[in-house]
Amino acid sequence: MTAWLVVVVVGAATIAFKAAGPVVLGRRRLPDRVAGPVALLAPVLLAALVVTQTVGGDNELVFDARLAGVAAGAAAIAVRAPLPAVVIVAAAATALTRLVT
Amino acid sequence: MSAEAASYRDGMRAVLAIAATVLFFGASFGLLARSSGLGIAAPLVMSATTFAGSAQFAVASILGASGGAAAAIAAAVLLNARYVPISISVASLFHGRRLRRLAEAQLIVDESWAISSRGGGRFDRRLLIGAGVILYVAWVTGTAVGVAGGAALGDPKDIGLDGAFPALFLALLVPQLVDRTARMAALLGAVIAFALIPFTPPGTPIVAASAACLLGLRRRRAPNERRTRA
Repeated sequence: MTAWLVVVVVGAATIAFKAAGPVVLGRRRLPDRVAGPVALLAPVLLAALVVTQTVGGDNELVFDARLAGVAAGAAAIAVRAPLPAVVIVAAAATALTRLVT
Repeated sequence: MSAEAASYRDGMRAVLAIAATVLFFGASFGLLARSSGLGIAAPLVMSATTFAGSAQFAVASILGASGGAAAAIAAAVLLNARYVPISISVASLFHGRRLRRLAEAQLIVDESWAISSRGGGRFDRRLLIGAGVILYVAWVTGTAVGVAGGAALGDPKDIGLDGAFPALFLALLVPQLVDRTARMAALLGAVIAFALIPFTPPGTPIVAASAACLLGLRRRRAPNERRTRA
């Protein structure tokens, strides 16, 4: 029963969050004052995602094999490798590091 | 072939690689959920409605550790609160009836949103929807495989998938750093997230990092503001 309660509440909240822009805001143009910050959402949230997914733990910073994966991915990005290659290189580097440490 | 069609094809190719990863993570979610006592139907319904990996993993692990419904809900809601700013950033891509916008908006997920980004606050509708559909199918199918007994798949960490996602987001971040303001804002967002990880529940660092967007206020000053000061 607990599982279903959580599934329903979290599902409803997430559906509402995702609808916030497309349904509530719609096609109305953002006022200029807000447009500047909104244009920066992509770089800011992506940067935050990189950090939390690399060193994020359960209420602590965790430095593990993911760092090697991201470093290898960064090298692949620097030589302009295509996106799938970046993902594969990063996964391989993470797995290898985990294997030897 | 036009540059636009080429970029569309590149995008779809990238999505397929990510979809394979998402399929695997879906399977591990299904597996974890089942071993946490969520049964078979609840994880499937959750993948089909919530469709957001990190929050679902949080729920499964909290319930599995007997953490209680309130803790599981709080963690997942905090984790998914980032979809408010994310969905606002792509709001102009959605049109038609309210119900259609509500349905299409559910295809917004970190990966589909990031892939559809064209820099400078612009997004590609076809990539967002196309990637969203593929990722949705991969996620729900993966979950089904997992609850059906995906133990044979092993731990996604063994093949380094947990290191692949941050690299993916990094690859999508780089083209966004078009000017000084974008670079400063991204750096500030990263610092905020890093600083908050040890002190706040998962999800909060990302939501708090969005405050870095306020650097964008400096870019456009309203013309009348200057006049009143002069």
